[in-house]
Amino acid sequence: MNQNYLSSYVPILIYFLLAMGVAGAIMLLSWLIGPRKPTPTKLSPYECGMLPTGDAREPFSVKFYLVAILFILFDVEAMFLIVWAVVLRQLGMYGFIIMSIFLFLLMVGFVYEWKKGVLDWAPRQSRRG
Amino acid sequence: MSEWISRHPELLVAGLKAGVLIFVLLTAVAYMVWFERKLIAHIQSRWGPYRVGPHGLLQPLADGLKFLFKEDIILTNVTSRFVYLFAPFLSLALALLAVAVIPFGPEEFELLGTRTGLYVADINVGLLFVLAVTSLGVYGVVLAGWSSNSKYPLLGGLRSAAQMISYELALTFAVVGVLLLAGTLSLREIVDGQSGTWAGFLPRWHVFPQFVAFVCFFVAGVAETNRTPFDLPEAESELVAGFHTEYSSLKFAMFFMAEYAHIITTSLLVTILFFGGWLSPFPDTAAWNFTRFLPSVLTAVLALLFFRDAFRLTNQYHRVLTFLICMGLAGLAFLLLHPTALVLAQGPFWLLAKTGMFLFVFVWTRATLPRFRYDQLMAFGWKLLVPLAVLNVFVTSFVVAWRAD
Repeated sequence: MNQNYLSSYVPILIYFLLAMGVAGAIMLLSWLIGPRKPTPTKLSPYECGMLPTGDAREPFSVKFYLVAILFILFDVEAMFLIVWAVVLRQLGMYGFIIMSIFLFLLMVGFVYEWKKGVLDWAPRQSRRG
Repeated sequence: MSEWISRHPELLVAGLKAGVLIFVLLTAVAYMVWFERKLIAHIQSRWGPYRVGPHGLLQPLADGLKFLFKEDIILTNVTSRFVYLFAPFLSLALALLAVAVIPFGPEEFELLGTRTGLYVADINVGLLFVLAVTSLGVYGVVLAGWSSNSKYPLLGGLRSAAQMISYELALTFAVVGVLLLAGTLSLREIVDGQSGTWAGFLPRWHVFPQFVAFVCFFVAGVAETNRTPFDLPEAESELVAGFHTEYSSLKFAMFFMAEYAHIITTSLLVTILFFGGWLSPFPDTAAWNFTRFLPSVLTAVLALLFFRDAFRLTNQYHRVLTFLICMGLAGLAFLLLHPTALVLAQGPFWLLAKTGMFLFVFVWTRATLPRFRYDQLMAFGWKLLVPLAVLNVFVTSFVVAWRAD
């Protein structure tokens, strides 16, 4: 059983090695064949033809972090759901009720976030237009 | 060495199948670009690519060569040279990898003395594998945006990271709806579970009981692949080209190949989950037996179209090439009449026909819909798709549990 289980993944490994080989070959080809005439301007970051101002390492909106945190919460829940969904037919109504309680608690949190404005990308006052 | 290979023919078979699949996939990606340009052109009353080969059929080849001979620029101030070079590599390798577990048909055949099916790997958690690998694709985008150390790529990378993880939730919740009905994570069993008909004519595809999930899945799939109307990561009017602004030559092409490979994977997945994969839409009765010849007949019709074109085109080279394509297609049509090929081609034919329909929809939406505003995009994902998908899971699970008891 164990032998069988692992052996079904061997083709994937072979396939992945081939895919990496293809991707690597493409990168190597463009490196070998393409011409190389570097100039300082060519090698500077693109800013619509103007001289680049400052560094790109600047603070950005905290909203992106909030989305990432929310994603982790919901994705963990999605993992639970996938496992539960596969065996729900064996669990029957009991499984449904248990998961409903879990989903309800999660949705309470979701509604709270919604009301707190975590999901609003633009600040409320600037959205009048 | 040769002795070792002869003792493990299944490894050689796996390698062969993997090689064929990668070749087919890369060709499909190249011709997806052609298909998109051509279709959008016709929607906008233009001709699209027409010069390079008959109907521009050699355009992908010419584009590839052009990319090959472009200068490979690596900026002086990239944050990390390794990450900068690793990002396109990772994008493409992962985009290709996702197709490895897709089954293309139910039939088995003999190759080098080993019985094998129309897939590279048949694992019992195929769906989980596809979801995992496609969601790793976000790393390519983020690493590219971050390592370029330039403002447009950084903004594009951030945006697409936020977008991709947001829509991935809707995608996963929509999949749960299908899992409740199918009760398995194996793609092959999910398709097998959709065989048969309701009331004698309506196929038992998941799209009918799970229509809400289908809509959520497809919309989220479009958003996952960063396609219009969700193509904010590369919004040309504000971000130049988004996360791949600072990439040139084939490294730039690799991001595009990854994007198109993702489109193909998503279309395949929609077909398998909701539209019965390789199952024929016609009832499995003697009266509908003639539909077995559809692959051969359609190939022959295509060959005839090319044959007509060979006389209408003015360019001498194009005429010769068209004639050769016509001959090839005619040969394929005859080959498909062979009893073994006839049976073997049924699965792939229907799977690819349905997938082609979704590829058409992907291009169609791009030609039709304008781009979202960013706050609208996030609101659409979080406030509409996620609650809708969760509601769908709730209702479906209630029905499934009710019937199980």
